[in-house]
Amino acid sequence: MALYRNAPVAHAQEPTAAPIEHRFNPYSDNGGSILAIAGKDFSVIAGDTRQSEGYNIQTRYARKVWQLTDKAVLATNGFAADGNNFVKRVKQRLEWYEHAHHKPMGLKSIARMIQTMLYGKRFFPYYVYNILGGIEEDGSGAVYSFDPVGSYEREACRAAGAAQSLIQPFLDNQIYFKNQQPEPGSQPFIPGNLPLATVLSLVVDSFTSATERHIEVGDGMEIYIVMNKGRTTDDLLGEGKLQKGMQIEELGALGEGSGERTFLVRQALKRD
Amino acid sequence: MNSVLTQLQPSAPHQSRLEEDDEFERTDAASWGSMAGFGNLSRTGGVQGMSVPRVSDPTSFLDMHTDNMSSNPEAKIKIAHGTTTLAFKFQGGVIVAVDSRATAGSYVASGTVKKVIEINKFLLGTMAGGAADCQYWETYLGMQCRLYELRNKERISVAAASKILSNIVYQYKGMGLSMGTMVCGWDKTGPCIFYVDDDGQRLKGDLFSVGSGSTFAYGVLDQGYRWDLTDEEAQELGRRSIIAAGHRDAYSGNTCNLYHVKQDGWDFIGNYDVNELWYEYEGKKKAERESQNAAAAASPMAVEP
Repeated sequence: MALYRNAPVAHAQEPTAAPIEHRFNPYSDNGGSILAIAGKDFSVIAGDTRQSEGYNIQTRYARKVWQLTDKAVLATNGFAADGNNFVKRVKQRLEWYEHAHHKPMGLKSIARMIQTMLYGKRFFPYYVYNILGGIEEDGSGAVYSFDPVGSYEREACRAAGAAQSLIQPFLDNQIYFKNQQPEPGSQPFIPGNLPLATVLSLVVDSFTSATERHIEVGDGMEIYIVMNKGRTTDDLLGEGKLQKGMQIEELGALGEGSGERTFLVRQALKRD
Repeated sequence: MNSVLTQLQPSAPHQSRLEEDDEFERTDAASWGSMAGFGNLSRTGGVQGMSVPRVSDPTSFLDMHTDNMSSNPEAKIKIAHGTTTLAFKFQGGVIVAVDSRATAGSYVASGTVKKVIEINKFLLGTMAGGAADCQYWETYLGMQCRLYELRNKERISVAAASKILSNIVYQYKGMGLSMGTMVCGWDKTGPCIFYVDDDGQRLKGDLFSVGSGSTFAYGVLDQGYRWDLTDEEAQELGRRSIIAAGHRDAYSGNTCNLYHVKQDGWDFIGNYDVNELWYEYEGKKKAERESQNAAAAASPMAVEP
């Protein structure tokens, strides 16, 4: 981060011929990418784990996806320091809410709260793109995406970050069936209804492809899967359901638990 | 309400560090939990301290790091922009039509944005300029309108509602808010439209279009507009204008959302794909031409009217 524009030059006669220009530059871009896809009764939120600045890799494991409640997971991308601090403050507000109301905040309320928290810094923005995924009150899978100053929208899928422009068109084609035609005589496409196995392989393909073509994406990925209560886990935990090299763990309930289950799948990505 | 202008004043040297820390300032110890308010809204519903960077010129700071005024397209923080919105009054109420594209630079950030904000059953706001500015302040306006209802036991007029909004944005004048909005509704005086923008301008009128595609929309709108349009004709005019703008303005498009405000509140008429509708219109034009040509060919002696 450059705090001054011109390197001080030593002149014998005029040491300070021109005033040294200082400017306040608190932002940096730490690369990486995140994405989320909503299913009928589940939601998948994923991100890679590389953190970089320019051409330097700062770490191969930095977390970008965070479990907030039993039914909400938040992914952040952009300036890592802002992202980490924002997540910290969101978690604090969620804790306060739970102390006051004796229940966790619902997903759509978390989304609205994130809007107001981001907008509170409208004149000194968090350089963070947020994607919130989870289970809505009616049991459906949901994805909310935000811009850095808090405009938000519920969607079926969203990619953000360095490889947004690589991943989003792929998702538009595979999730929304954009620019696809059903075969003559076959059923019309219904967006947002894909099975979990299909969604998972789309996520993996998105990141492996982005890793190939974008230098800021790679090292590893973390995929969070939030399932509605009572939903079968056979399509995730069954023998041979996961691709080679994937490790899965179940994240226990954060509070008393109301039946939703969150799983974390990790997979390595290329490190070059 | 905590004015931003007071916060911009340089703090006195004797002020304690805690007082300076606007972002985390809480006036009393009980202000966590249920009393914490919501986001940056205090428990009384006022907007609590918008945080401002501690630099001599906060506006140029914002300019440098965001593409807010489109003056700095290279900036890291890209804010969603670009729009076509329109609203007009006619004999049957108010028609509100908007596109659904959000762009960040040349990237299409979203094609499914809801640019009509449903303030309440009788009031609609449109969104042009910064997506967050419009979404946030029009939602906030919805809260203020509800409070007005509870206090006065009657619905707020469109004039009063739009003035709440224009007073808010006037407080922030020059700080980089970006919004061009039409507050539309039906009150005691009948159908009503007010245009409110980021420099505090507030205009009453029969017909407005706002955004990068507004010139294209005006072209279609002006040639087809009459006061005595039927409901169907008026809806079609609104839709057709947005389709034309979506076709010609690169920063507008994807889909068109259409609303009709009547005496008993607004109706959502529908969502239409800009591309599909454009070619439907083109197809109709072509078919018309062909049937005219066929008629001309059938009677070679026909004289042009």
